[in-house]
Amino acid sequence: MTDLNTKTISELSELLAAGECTSVDIVNDVLSAIDERDGRVGAYLTLDREAALEQAEAADEARAGGQTGALLGIPLAIKDLLNVKGQPCTCASKMLEGYTAPYDATVIARLREAGAILLGRVNMDEFAMGSSTENSALGKTCNPWNFDHVPGGSSGGSAASVAADEAIASLGSDTGGSIRQPAAFCGCVGLKPTYGMVSRYGLTAFASSLDQIGPVTKTVKDAALLLEAIAGHDQKDSTSVDVDVPMFGKKLTDDHSLAGMKLGLPKEYFVEGMDPEVEQAVRDAVEHCKNLGAEIVDVSLPNAKYAIAVYYIIATAEASANLARFDGIRYGMRLDGKDPIELYGKTRAAGFGSEVKRRIILGTYVLSSGYYDAYYLRAQKVRTLIRNDFIEAFRQCDAIIAPVTPTPAYKIGEKSADPLKMYLDDILTTPVNLAGICGMSIPCGFSSGGLPIGLQILGDSFKEENILKVGHAYEQTTDWHKRKPAIQPV
Amino acid sequence: MSDANHMDVSYVANLARIELTDEEAVLFQGQLDQVLEYVEQLNELDVSDVQPTAHAVPLVNVLRADEPGVSLDNDTVTANAPAARDGQILVPKINEQF
Repeated sequence: MTDLNTKTISELSELLAAGECTSVDIVNDVLSAIDERDGRVGAYLTLDREAALEQAEAADEARAGGQTGALLGIPLAIKDLLNVKGQPCTCASKMLEGYTAPYDATVIARLREAGAILLGRVNMDEFAMGSSTENSALGKTCNPWNFDHVPGGSSGGSAASVAADEAIASLGSDTGGSIRQPAAFCGCVGLKPTYGMVSRYGLTAFASSLDQIGPVTKTVKDAALLLEAIAGHDQKDSTSVDVDVPMFGKKLTDDHSLAGMKLGLPKEYFVEGMDPEVEQAVRDAVEHCKNLGAEIVDVSLPNAKYAIAVYYIIATAEASANLARFDGIRYGMRLDGKDPIELYGKTRAAGFGSEVKRRIILGTYVLSSGYYDAYYLRAQKVRTLIRNDFIEAFRQCDAIIAPVTPTPAYKIGEKSADPLKMYLDDILTTPVNLAGICGMSIPCGFSSGGLPIGLQILGDSFKEENILKVGHAYEQTTDWHKRKPAIQPV
Repeated sequence: MSDANHMDVSYVANLARIELTDEEAVLFQGQLDQVLEYVEQLNELDVSDVQPTAHAVPLVNVLRADEPGVSLDNDTVTANAPAARDGQILVPKINEQF
């Protein structure tokens, strides 16, 4: 059997269980695809071939010994800000070049337990700050659908690796849309779980009250399977919530009716300046859900328009504190100075890229004496309003459907000189992180230029089941997710 | 907030312990002024009676039994340090001038 790299977790799981392929076969096909394509896509930062094949052999032995499981023997790509013991963890920053993770993040430990194969580290915006993966200090990642366009960010490498069939699935992180936006740009499924659903232990923190780890996959079913494996309470993370993790994968059946479900449509999400092709694709998707039996109700999220302003105050404030640890003393880059103060200043000047510096400076400012109440406290209060809007909306519906981004993937370099312009690109994703609810992006069309368009499905806290149900029903009755980019070998 | 949208970028960068080049200071000044001007829109809202949300989920102090657990060994910790000696992280002297 060939082209195993193009298949999904659930397809490969069935083939492995039936003995029609081995995990070594799958890894070999994935490695061949990486050899053929990654010179152009640029998804990977590091790849450990030998370790991947060793893990595959171990998975095949475990299966022969009677072990089963959806992820057993499935190769995954990992965003470069999750600690995998013995592997580099650079966060795509010069600051951490040469750093080797001394322990496994909880999600990684859970993947190992499930028998998944950790292929390597994929590119991202430095310390997860950005929306295009152009802020990586370690290389360029291109959108597999059109190499002139960005893959989105900050989990751009995660989404590009999956879209290019260079991984069966991937893990990313989402602070303001960093899973959903690249998933939309690359035509994948990207799921941002409810805050607290997945342990953040071992995730290099950017904005602690917003960050969540989540799956980037080829199908909704795969997202459910991966979420099932990584979710659940962890005593190593005090923000991890002790809730039952449903068997998300098993709950997705062949019944694609949405009868009895109410889907909210927020008028505020069809923003001024939105690409007409994006709006049309999403409105067509709404109509499709209606045909599947869903009742569409109008909901209002009046404070969503303030989300970017709130997000850039809260996220940068938290980032300025979290990134204070990168000071050249205990780990990472160190440049000498005549005293420690000069050492800090020189090290952080050389180690951080422009976007990280900008955000640390903004965060330091909004937390500084005299400005805390005017910026940070006010932003926290508006965050309450945004959260209350969602609480009210979810009284009227089971899930919300909306666009993910105002436009399809833009050209590399198009927005990189104008940070505010790039920040505004996250206008439809940041409210979800501020409210702590769950959200998912699934493919719902293509632009006339051949670029994917995403549909965002939002659920109330810990109601992942609802968004997976809607997403699965939509996906299984459409064929957007089956399309593949035509990538010529290098 | 209104008098605040002209932060002195060089001053704040110094507080954040980041040395900026003159070019960076000028570039960031313009870009961050633009961002601060944008966030001024939050002043449109009356939030005097609104409680702030610091976290989307209620946080409580998590306490565990005070028992020793497994931690990283010395070599693993110092392996990532820019400089180490005798199992400890080597840092620059700070008291030479005294």
